[in-house]
Amino acid sequence: MLWNAVLLAMREIRRNLMRSFLTVLGIVIGVAAVIIMVTIGGGATLQVTEQVASLGSNLLLVSPGQRMGMGQRSSASAFRLADAEAIAREINNINAVAPSSSQGATVVYGNENWSTSIMGSTNQFFVAGNWIFESGRAFTQSELRAGKAICVIGESVRKELFGSQNPLGQKIRLEKFSCEIIGLLNAKGQSTMGTDQDDLVVIPLRTFQRRLSGNQDIKLIQISVNDGQSTQKVKQAIGELLRERRHIATNEEDDFTVMDMKEISNMLSGITKVLTTLLGAVAAVSLLVGGIGIMNIMLVSVTERTREIGIRLAIGAMEREVLLQFLVEAVMLSSLGGIIGIILALIGSVTLANLMGVPFVFNLIIVAISFLFSAAVGVIFGYFPARKAAQLDPIEALRHE
Amino acid sequence: MSNAIVSHQSPLIELREVYKVYGTGQAKMQALAGVNLTINRGDFIAVMDSSGSGKSTCMNVLGCLDTPTSGQYLFDGIDVGTLSRDQLALLRRNYLGFIFQGFNLLNRTSALENVELPLIYRGLPAGERSERALNALNVVGLSGWAHHTPGELSGGQQQRVAIARAIVTQPAVLLADEPTGNLDSSRSREIMELLSSFNSELDITVVMVTHEPDMAAFAKRQIHFLDGQVVRDDDNGGAH
Repeated sequence: MLWNAVLLAMREIRRNLMRSFLTVLGIVIGVAAVIIMVTIGGGATLQVTEQVASLGSNLLLVSPGQRMGMGQRSSASAFRLADAEAIAREINNINAVAPSSSQGATVVYGNENWSTSIMGSTNQFFVAGNWIFESGRAFTQSELRAGKAICVIGESVRKELFGSQNPLGQKIRLEKFSCEIIGLLNAKGQSTMGTDQDDLVVIPLRTFQRRLSGNQDIKLIQISVNDGQSTQKVKQAIGELLRERRHIATNEEDDFTVMDMKEISNMLSGITKVLTTLLGAVAAVSLLVGGIGIMNIMLVSVTERTREIGIRLAIGAMEREVLLQFLVEAVMLSSLGGIIGIILALIGSVTLANLMGVPFVFNLIIVAISFLFSAAVGVIFGYFPARKAAQLDPIEALRHE
Repeated sequence: MSNAIVSHQSPLIELREVYKVYGTGQAKMQALAGVNLTINRGDFIAVMDSSGSGKSTCMNVLGCLDTPTSGQYLFDGIDVGTLSRDQLALLRRNYLGFIFQGFNLLNRTSALENVELPLIYRGLPAGERSERALNALNVVGLSGWAHHTPGELSGGQQQRVAIARAIVTQPAVLLADEPTGNLDSSRSREIMELLSSFNSELDITVVMVTHEPDMAAFAKRQIHFLDGQVVRDDDNGGAH
């Protein structure tokens, strides 16, 4: 009986190629849209989370001035090295305090030159930022104290200036002075904000202050909090310490900002989650539209199908044989559409993920849900009108108009 | 090779006081108003109706396509009214062949597949199925048209596909609703000779609705309907 139903269903599909094609198309579009959108959205979320993690989610960034809204900052005096030392001395549960100052500069090696950002800091900078050395070494204490002309470069700078050459031991020119490369940092890739984190040259803080900036200013203090400790508490303690050191009266606002990377990371992944949900909702609408398309095709053909069912009943088909045939037909079309949709979605999302530089995350649950939904639509709207028709007297089904 | 019915004591078909009423109230219409009819094995009956109502309804009731409002329909002594829908389907499948006035072929489906359809429900293997279907098409003179769809066939050819589909199972009873209604007179004679041969050679009981006395003359027995009742039952004595 099942084999008969399969035979009849296949004849029916072949007989109504256009209708079958449109049904399959509706399912393909619905399934593919949902899977692609959710996969890309999921990939973007993962990317953001990974980038924040590479930055160190237990990182606090302390900078002078208050943010005044888009890109503007209130002016305030910079920190001194003593501020960073005080934080390191008085705040508990932190594992690195990296005072730093930076400025843009052109670096030259031979005929190559490259405009990058010069960071003056201590070895703590590598700890706080989770930097790993690809080759070479960090600064020694004596080098830091002496303000030697040495530097550690990021992957992007190496690529631009040295290509396939080994940069270690080479001398590059930073504005007015030349310095020797002693270390190369492992690549981190783009930051969440879309900037290249590997585009930097790190030199000892003292070297920076003496040879580049000519002042004692510290523009940024990076603090990494011990794992498992509340960044919130540390942030508060730093705030209190700095208010005291900067003589801010109790009724005055802070003239510095402590940014918590965890907050930023939560905020960013929150945003991408909202976006994913939004994309998912858009995709769900397309699934729904696909479903309505299938429904229309099925309902439009009810008259013809009712007559067909009448013929089958008159010839001696039992109700359950007719229904099994329709069920097999609906399941075959829906599964075919679902499978094509999934294949298209996988190809589409891998391609899109590559184009957008987003990791490809396979979400089996979404694949299953969208497949089941469209299969359900196909089966329900293919099966139930047929059931109604199959319950009629043959002569009524034949007379249906 | 016809499907012999087990018992031979009772008549093949018996209608007792069968009524069929359509609509309610003012629009009420009695298509069958107490029909009593006995059909024996081997009969070839022409059903005629000058009033234009009742005969098709009677055929539909005989073909178990329609249920009477009241009255009894005994098929080989079995009260059809007591059968379930599935049992009725099996009765149609195994014992009845129906030729519809409007053909009722599956469109966009080849003549061969249309004729195969009842055999699929009988569960015949593919080889025997197509052999018998081709044979049936041969009998009705459509051997070269097996792979044409109804849309590609003339009215007469479609009529013959419908006949082939009805006889391919070699039913005990062949019910034909105006089988020559769409044909010219020479084609009509061919069809009538075909039905006669089914009746005489394959021992198929034939019940046929027609309004043409020429065609009715092929039958062994003529039944006249008027206002939903049998008013005359003549024995032709096989005069053709």
